[in-house]
Amino acid sequence: MALNTVFFYLFGGLAVVASLLVIGQRNPIYSVLLLIASFAALSGLYILLDSPFAAVTQMIVYAGAIMVLFLFVVMLLNVPREDAAEWDRSHPLNKPGARRLGTALSVFVLVEFLWAVWHMAGRFGMPLKDTSAGSVSSVAAIGRSIFTDYAFPFEATSILILAAMVGAVVLARREQE
Amino acid sequence: MPAIDPVVVVQIVLVVVVFHALLLSAAGMVWAERKVAARLQQRFGPTMAGPAGLLQPFADVLKLLFKEELRPKASDAVLFYIAPVISVGTAFLAFCVVPFGPPTTFFGLLKEPIPLYVADVNVAMLVVFAIASMGVYGIVLAGWSSNSKYSLLGGLRSSAQMISYELCYGMALASVLLVANSLSLKDVVEAQAGAWHLFGIPILPRWFVFVQPVGFFIFMTAGIAETNRAPFDFPEAEQELVAGYHTEYSSMTFAMFFLAEYVNMVTVSAVATNLFLGGWFLPPLPVWLGFVWWFAKLSVLLFFYLWIRWTLPRYRYDQLMQFGWKFLLPLSVVNLLVTAAGVLYFGS
Repeated sequence: MALNTVFFYLFGGLAVVASLLVIGQRNPIYSVLLLIASFAALSGLYILLDSPFAAVTQMIVYAGAIMVLFLFVVMLLNVPREDAAEWDRSHPLNKPGARRLGTALSVFVLVEFLWAVWHMAGRFGMPLKDTSAGSVSSVAAIGRSIFTDYAFPFEATSILILAAMVGAVVLARREQE
Repeated sequence: MPAIDPVVVVQIVLVVVVFHALLLSAAGMVWAERKVAARLQQRFGPTMAGPAGLLQPFADVLKLLFKEELRPKASDAVLFYIAPVISVGTAFLAFCVVPFGPPTTFFGLLKEPIPLYVADVNVAMLVVFAIASMGVYGIVLAGWSSNSKYSLLGGLRSSAQMISYELCYGMALASVLLVANSLSLKDVVEAQAGAWHLFGIPILPRWFVFVQPVGFFIFMTAGIAETNRAPFDFPEAEQELVAGYHTEYSSMTFAMFFLAEYVNMVTVSAVATNLFLGGWFLPPLPVWLGFVWWFAKLSVLLFFYLWIRWTLPRYRYDQLMQFGWKFLLPLSVVNLLVTAAGVLYFGS
């Protein structure tokens, strides 16, 4: 087996296992850490796809910046460890209606997943299109396409984020007496 | 048995050597810190263990190894032990993309020149940045899992500090990227070869510190804040927080935080050497001795670190935040804009 394949299964397996464990934790801090592990494994997969820039961005933006904020929120709100019995009795998600909706949604996701696997079945091992051009590995190429082909979506996203930032500042500001 | 590729052997040897060199450099820094501190305070520092106290760091490590390992009852057992590992791991990891010399044969010792870096990634600058941002987790988790108020306050302070100064750190990196037109540390160093000439006489080496003096200032300030060193050593401000995030740690787990701090200092200085001080180029002197010049520059920067620590008093915490957000960040944005305009006008 080629080294690349070994690493693919290693990182892929890590990502899947860590993501599954995220929802299985009683302590929310562990969930945050496992999510970080899952992001790190994804970034390993990006490196295997020959796009180190995407991998590093994944680490900086998701694993670095966003998850630190998650960790802060969890730590500062001091979310208690979930108690199994308590969960069964009083959790708002444990109402019969919500339970049915959840079941329906998970069945839907499962069907969708199986459908995707079914349609991919014949195509394993085939090269993905347009990997030879090195279109994703060069930072310069990414920058050029962001500021030419995708200039409008890029600027629109910037304005959206700016609006969110201004909104956060306004909401968090203390009233001057 | 398949033949082993010599490149793989060289790579493994390089990894092992770099790892142990970093360990030794941390020991060397502990010794240097004690000596410099002592001299600046008109004392002698360690003199008993070995010649000039050179064996003092090893004595320290032995002492720490034989100390009792304590864990507070209310702490989170798993996270309490993972936190120092994250700290040390990220500290060592960052160095793997830092080149420390031109390809060399070590004075003809080897047949083929070997490159002096563990990995040449074409986004090396961003890798350094990403790993630095992962280092926060070690400190935050140490503070939280100890379940004591001083640890928690120290952890929160340091993470707020690191997040604030990371922005300036990234901006300084971006301004160098604009000038050098590459994200690979090796290419950045090669862009600094040679010297500027005036009437045919070389007067100034082509180092980026002369193109980007403000960038260098921002990078070093943010670097000192990132490594939690004085005058920004709030996570462990003794008078206020006992010892900050590592209050509850003892024995080797404490030593790991200690080690991480020193290795981080070495990494920041090494990156600064490559980005601003021309890496292994020292114009009138030959390039084939490059790694010697590189180590000389690194030592100067590390001495600078110690010098600052024993000269400046600690800021107040609100001053630190004011300085970071209201002075350093605007300055780095302006610096980035001016650099971009300059590159556009003069053509890099």
